Amino acid sequence: MAAITLDNVGKTYAGGTRALSGMSIDIAPGEFVVLVGPSGCGKSTLLRMIAGLETVTEGTIRIGERVVNTVEPADRNIAMVFQNYALYPHMTVRQNLAYGLKNRGTPRDEIDRRVAEAAQILEIGPYLDRKPRQLSGGQRQRVAMGRAIVREPAAFLFDEPLSNLDAKLRVTMRSEIRQLQRRLGTTSVYVTHDQVEAMTLADRLVVLNAGRIEQIGTPLQVYRHPATTFVAGFIGAPAMNLLPAQIADGQLHLAGAAVAPMTRAGGPVTLGIRPEDLRRDPAGPIRMRLRHVEELGHARLLHGQIGDSAAVCTVTDTAPPDPEIRLSIDPGQCHLFDAQTGARLTGA
Amino acid sequence: MKRTIFGNQLLPWLLLAPQLAITAVFFLWPAGQAVWQSFLRQDAFGLKTSFVGLTNYAALLGDAKYLNAVQVTVVFSIAVAALSMGVALMLALAVDRGLRGARAYTTLLVWPYAVAPAVAGVMWWFLFNPTIGILPYALRAVGYDWNHGLQPRDAMTLVVIAASWKQISYNFLFFVAGLQAIPGSLREAAAIDGAGPARRFATITFPLLSPTTFFLLVVNVVYTMFDTFAVIHATTQGGPMQSTTILVYKVFDDGFLGLNLGASGAQSVVLMGIVIVLTVVQFRFIERRVEY
Repeated sequence: MAAITLDNVGKTYAGGTRALSGMSIDIAPGEFVVLVGPSGCGKSTLLRMIAGLETVTEGTIRIGERVVNTVEPADRNIAMVFQNYALYPHMTVRQNLAYGLKNRGTPRDEIDRRVAEAAQILEIGPYLDRKPRQLSGGQRQRVAMGRAIVREPAAFLFDEPLSNLDAKLRVTMRSEIRQLQRRLGTTSVYVTHDQVEAMTLADRLVVLNAGRIEQIGTPLQVYRHPATTFVAGFIGAPAMNLLPAQIADGQLHLAGAAVAPMTRAGGPVTLGIRPEDLRRDPAGPIRMRLRHVEELGHARLLHGQIGDSAAVCTVTDTAPPDPEIRLSIDPGQCHLFDAQTGARLTGA
Repeated sequence: MKRTIFGNQLLPWLLLAPQLAITAVFFLWPAGQAVWQSFLRQDAFGLKTSFVGLTNYAALLGDAKYLNAVQVTVVFSIAVAALSMGVALMLALAVDRGLRGARAYTTLLVWPYAVAPAVAGVMWWFLFNPTIGILPYALRAVGYDWNHGLQPRDAMTLVVIAASWKQISYNFLFFVAGLQAIPGSLREAAAIDGAGPARRFATITFPLLSPTTFFLLVVNVVYTMFDTFAVIHATTQGGPMQSTTILVYKVFDDGFLGLNLGASGAQSVVLMGIVIVLTVVQFRFIERRVEY
């Protein structure tokens, strides 16, 4: 296990397109870091740069103490799990697991020992002599994991490994990956666009958008104190409501009504409030016109409009909703962002 | 597949008739003629024909020239298949590795396929002509006296190059398609697994390309055995000393020049047998694909 240090890493393609810039991330030995962001944000490119599959045009990447910018993928001592698993279709599971060890000239009995160990950890012993196409999606996923762990690398890199699985299997495999990583203590970098996967797996999250880092922090830090409106809208489901608001006379005004006391300089702000923090309150100052209701079983999502902005409110009561609902908010649950830049306003 | 029900019993046969007629007139009838002729013997003037059973076939087995033609065909087929597939694979790998201008390069490489075999043969005949050709001139400069009219080895080299040249285009297209069908992540995974470019090719790319390779091998062997008549006719005409007389060329030589229709017919039937076997092999494997 090793630390991975990214120092101001960037990537500009030959055509001049800038894919990534200013990526500085310190990953501690044994840490599980998840890179999360919408498609096209550069998260996979960054992972592939760490793996050595893409060139680095700016900054330095270190694995352990060594700068690896120009080191071949084979010599970086990393293992990668691909989205489509990338199992060698013409080899048996055993050969798939042994391939990387064989290429490195590991002695025969050592290969056998490690393959047997990995097979036991991942419970793929019965399939060792099958070809990948004879396995189910979940089994293939395990073989892909096995291929990574037999190498006993300094770091695991995961490129959306669960996105080809069905929803139920994804949840099981998610916790298996987490337990396995804890058990082996191997530094891991995991790429996903799924914020639930990111929240549940990560020691620390790196939220990316449009080739830049929006925020780095533990899942709870990111959830509780999103640094920008992008993070606020991206992390958490259903997404946080982002509403234009004004501060004036020590009050926060939303859609023309004073909704909470607020002691800061006046002016326009963006109010972020999570759907579960919008409380139904017959005497509340906020009026939401109801558009439609989504039933989740344990709760309902009320979709509607506050002023001119769409908003969502989570409620647990089953009372039939009125066309207009009154809501109130607790000032402690309000996230305030700069109306222009989208950056979080400190002390809010 | 969509099934069409015809109200009229006659209509489907009418629709099939043109194709069936062509098959019957240009394939089945001549093939039948060849089989029938292979059992006959004619005198030199075509005045008397007698049924001789399998004598023509038996004569082939004892004919040193025929056995030589078999040997020439084997050498020629292997050489053409190896050269055209080897070169095509290297060119395809270059495209697959993201060569600059791959699109223009691909288009240019496909052009030779559009050239008629006889024209290709004539072009190579000029290039290699011992008197006026540019290549013998260059070879003389390095001390090699090229003369495919006298040297069997030179003649074989010439027909192999001329026959391979066109086929490279065809093989190239299939190899490019085959390579593109291999997911890039497999080769990336192998790179991370510590396999260098050569090892990656040997253990991942080449095995995964084997269905394409096998298909091309059969197609190329069929091509060299049956479609290279024009190339040989335009360059060496089977010489010198029968060194480039392949089986198909010998059928023409014995039948149309030597007017020995019985022997020529028997040779055609043998060739027909070979092509049937190759076709069966090909369909068997294409159906199941090569296992990997």
